[in-house]
Amino acid sequence: MATDDPGGRSLQVLGKPLRRVDAVGKVTGETLFADDFALPGMLHLKLVRSTVPHARIVGIDTRAALAIEGVRVVLTGKDFPVPFGILPVSQDEHALCPDKVRFVGDPVAAVVASEELIAEEAARLIEVSYEPLATIASPEQALKLPEPRIHDYGDGGNIHKAVAFDFGDVPAALAGADAVFEDLFFYQGNTHLALEQHAALAYVGSDGRLTIASSTQTPHYLHRAVAKVLGVPASRVRVIAPPQGGGFGGKTDPFSHEIVAAKAALVTGRPVKIALTREEVFYCHRGRHPVLMRLRTGVDRQGGIVGHSVETLLDGGAYGSYGVASTFYTGALETVTYRMARYRFRGCRTFTNKPPCGPKRGHGTVQPRFALEVHIDKMCEKLGRDPAEWRIENAVAAGSLTANWMQLRTSGLCACLEAVVAASGWKSRFRKLGRGRGLGIAASSYLCGAGLPIYFNEMPHSGVQLLLDRSGSVTAFCGAAEVGQGSDTVLATLVAEVLGIDILDVKVVTGDTALGPVDLGSYSSRVTVMMGNAAVQAAESARDRLADAVAARLAIKNERVGFGGGRVFDVSAPEQGMAFAEAVQLAEARAGTVGTVGSYRPPRAPGRYKGAGVGPSPSYSYSAAVVQAAVDDRTGIVRVEKVWIAHDIGRALNPVLVRGQIEGSVYMGLGEALMEEQEFLRLPPRLSHALVHQAPSMLEYKTPASLDMPEIESILVESPEPMGPFGAKEVGQGPLLPIPPALANAVYDAIGVRIDEVPITPEKVLRALQASAKRYGPDKFPSVPWPEPLSVPPPWEGGDGSALNERKSRALRERPPEVAES
Amino acid sequence: MSGSLVPLAKREKLRLALSVNGEACDLVVASYKTLLEVLREDLGLTGTKHGCELGECGACAVVLDGELVLSCLVAAVECQGRAVGTVEGLRDGPRLHPLQEAFADHGAAQCGYCTPGMLMAAKCLLERTAQPSRHEIAQALSGQICRCTGYLQIFDAVAAAAALQRGEPAPAPQLPSLHKGTNNGH
Repeated sequence: MATDDPGGRSLQVLGKPLRRVDAVGKVTGETLFADDFALPGMLHLKLVRSTVPHARIVGIDTRAALAIEGVRVVLTGKDFPVPFGILPVSQDEHALCPDKVRFVGDPVAAVVASEELIAEEAARLIEVSYEPLATIASPEQALKLPEPRIHDYGDGGNIHKAVAFDFGDVPAALAGADAVFEDLFFYQGNTHLALEQHAALAYVGSDGRLTIASSTQTPHYLHRAVAKVLGVPASRVRVIAPPQGGGFGGKTDPFSHEIVAAKAALVTGRPVKIALTREEVFYCHRGRHPVLMRLRTGVDRQGGIVGHSVETLLDGGAYGSYGVASTFYTGALETVTYRMARYRFRGCRTFTNKPPCGPKRGHGTVQPRFALEVHIDKMCEKLGRDPAEWRIENAVAAGSLTANWMQLRTSGLCACLEAVVAASGWKSRFRKLGRGRGLGIAASSYLCGAGLPIYFNEMPHSGVQLLLDRSGSVTAFCGAAEVGQGSDTVLATLVAEVLGIDILDVKVVTGDTALGPVDLGSYSSRVTVMMGNAAVQAAESARDRLADAVAARLAIKNERVGFGGGRVFDVSAPEQGMAFAEAVQLAEARAGTVGTVGSYRPPRAPGRYKGAGVGPSPSYSYSAAVVQAAVDDRTGIVRVEKVWIAHDIGRALNPVLVRGQIEGSVYMGLGEALMEEQEFLRLPPRLSHALVHQAPSMLEYKTPASLDMPEIESILVESPEPMGPFGAKEVGQGPLLPIPPALANAVYDAIGVRIDEVPITPEKVLRALQASAKRYGPDKFPSVPWPEPLSVPPPWEGGDGSALNERKSRALRERPPEVAES
Repeated sequence: MSGSLVPLAKREKLRLALSVNGEACDLVVASYKTLLEVLREDLGLTGTKHGCELGECGACAVVLDGELVLSCLVAAVECQGRAVGTVEGLRDGPRLHPLQEAFADHGAAQCGYCTPGMLMAAKCLLERTAQPSRHEIAQALSGQICRCTGYLQIFDAVAAAAALQRGEPAPAPQLPSLHKGTNNGH
């Protein structure tokens, strides 16, 4: 991997507060998002969505719709016999439901017409008759009612996935502990609410390729889904992911509307476009799972964790989506912050008749992180320990192999904690601000890219191709999707740094399966690390090509050729050299067209048990936050006054963009902690009795607005991570994680009540104040039929990372089994 | 519900003359269209965005006769003879508007989808107030939803643009403080 020192000089582009490469397009309105595309002869698509939560489709009458002038075609479930789904283990969706609907919003038919309004009106004329089935509204109901089954696969009844692991004997550890603590928590579901509504335009290009331009964070996975469902060879399918108006995980599944648009383009021979309404986006969802959690922790006399147990119950909604991965993620990163000798995890995801949940910023780890950090706060209170000091004292050492076999590398956890403790004046202010005002602390960790791809393969996770033009311009091709996080800028920055040229001399071509090598997508905080490493490799290879040619011309050794300031020169006599363009021309004359490639695949993870594929990462980022809140105990209103946040970034490639990711994460974390809620209610029986979204509009789904934002003091902890490009780690997701628990802990410091559930609404605060336990939160965890646990001894109890009670083939022993991740 | 439909044949087209970014436009549009739809679909000015089409997100904000309006809530027929300003008209030829420069420098545009509406709202603020306070900036932008930035870099950018417009040097982007980290060790 590249280091500090690209050719013996200081950094020229990296770490500088440069403009994004796409900044001008964004501030002038020239950037084209998916819905900004239009083609001559374009038709418009509208989906007919289920109005009932669970029913068999008895009949669909399309005659009235077809009779309307301008309607070109009507499609139904019979046109889409092949199922799809993001994970190979959950191929449970159809582009249009063939026989059954599973939530209000499930698409059942589609109308293609000459105008959007005609399609919309014709869609309203399609009559679907349903035979209702009992509705499963919650995980508790799903556990109680195995019938009717929402899907005919999974771990029995309406359980989609249930997993159980024992990393050492936790009950024995708890029995021998000096103190044992137990808490229940609930994390409400919430949605991404990217400002851009999903849109897709499909057409058969003049090159014969079925082309879909869509707001997708995962063009490669959409490419595979379209080819599979429509039976078109993948080589004749092209997916274009234009820049997106935000994603946050909400555009990482292949969606019905994308596949139906593609089919309609094939059927009509015309371009077909769809843009979802905001209400449809709420129903597409794939957002944060509501999770009920029970934590139990045993500590020794020094307060060190001897055994820790987590049980999670996830409300999955109507389809699999990333849910199997989400379930594992509610347990996988429990061990990467604080030392724990033994660890026990049980996770269960149920199907319910609601929009499917999936990955949202911090996928599956935000909920258990909230639980763990509040649990520790309570534990420290009872032990009489300062919660900041306890965390520093019990931080996992860098380079550790954890109880569940996660291989850590660099860790700035303590440095982050120390930084926010100092900046916030923690030592003199915690528990001393007086009634109504409080400080809370929390820390966290996140992946820098998932260790495994979603479908098992041995190919790179990211590839970058460079073309060096004799003009001195460099074009970088990569399949990565720019969702707004700045991945195009990261790509240009790394290539420019290695080649010693201006960032604007690098042209990036991204998000197009026909034009660049595969990058798996913008999820799991993987792009900076994986695309970045591929980019550095490709650029170093180009640098070598140029160095050969220039060394020959200057009659010096290759090692003496330096790159910088748009020149290639003799490092011992910098005036001896030439412009970068001239160096490219020399290289081209010497050995032909200058094109290079780079690729990246994460290292193999040490865990060998089934499920060990979720959680490994090339490295882990760390964050810590202190939140100061004022709580009015008459109204229950919580106002956040200030947030101090430190993030272990490895190295900041562009500090302006890094600040934006940190502050955006804090903002989104505050929204989840205080107000955001994807909640459903039952209509009265006389109104269909359907289970509908409580607030499917931007007005009613509350998010923090400009006036709600507190001051944020961001601190970057830099200690370069050898696994990252120039030492970089992720920053897009990690800084969200400490915010909800730090806020809950601040509320306790302010008024002495525990809100063990997000969002922390005024009503919950008031109810906690009235409760004798001075607490608001769940009080029971239902009985779950857990499977036989896999018994995997932690590294310090022997074993090789495989389960003692798992029978498996030799092939499984050699690689972690495919479970999929995000 | 079919009873409530207006027969398509009854949908009229109408002639609409208005000024967009200082240029006269004379076009024939469907009578039901909003200003947002006419801008994006009939004039091809896709810089103006939509996030809800119900007046809730602020992405479609434009300036109509000097006032900030949500173009998804304005019927195109109401714009007869009026002047509309959109993000496409913000810059002066090849020169970016100070707000555009500042948004680019301060990281105020991440995904960029709320940016056109933000810029128009900020422009209206700066026309009223040459030296807005932080609170005045937050207030002026309180109808614009941004899901990426957490707003603070947008506030910085508006303050920086105000300084530029007053002829003062532009403040540099505020950066997180840097700590050289050491690894956890035990």
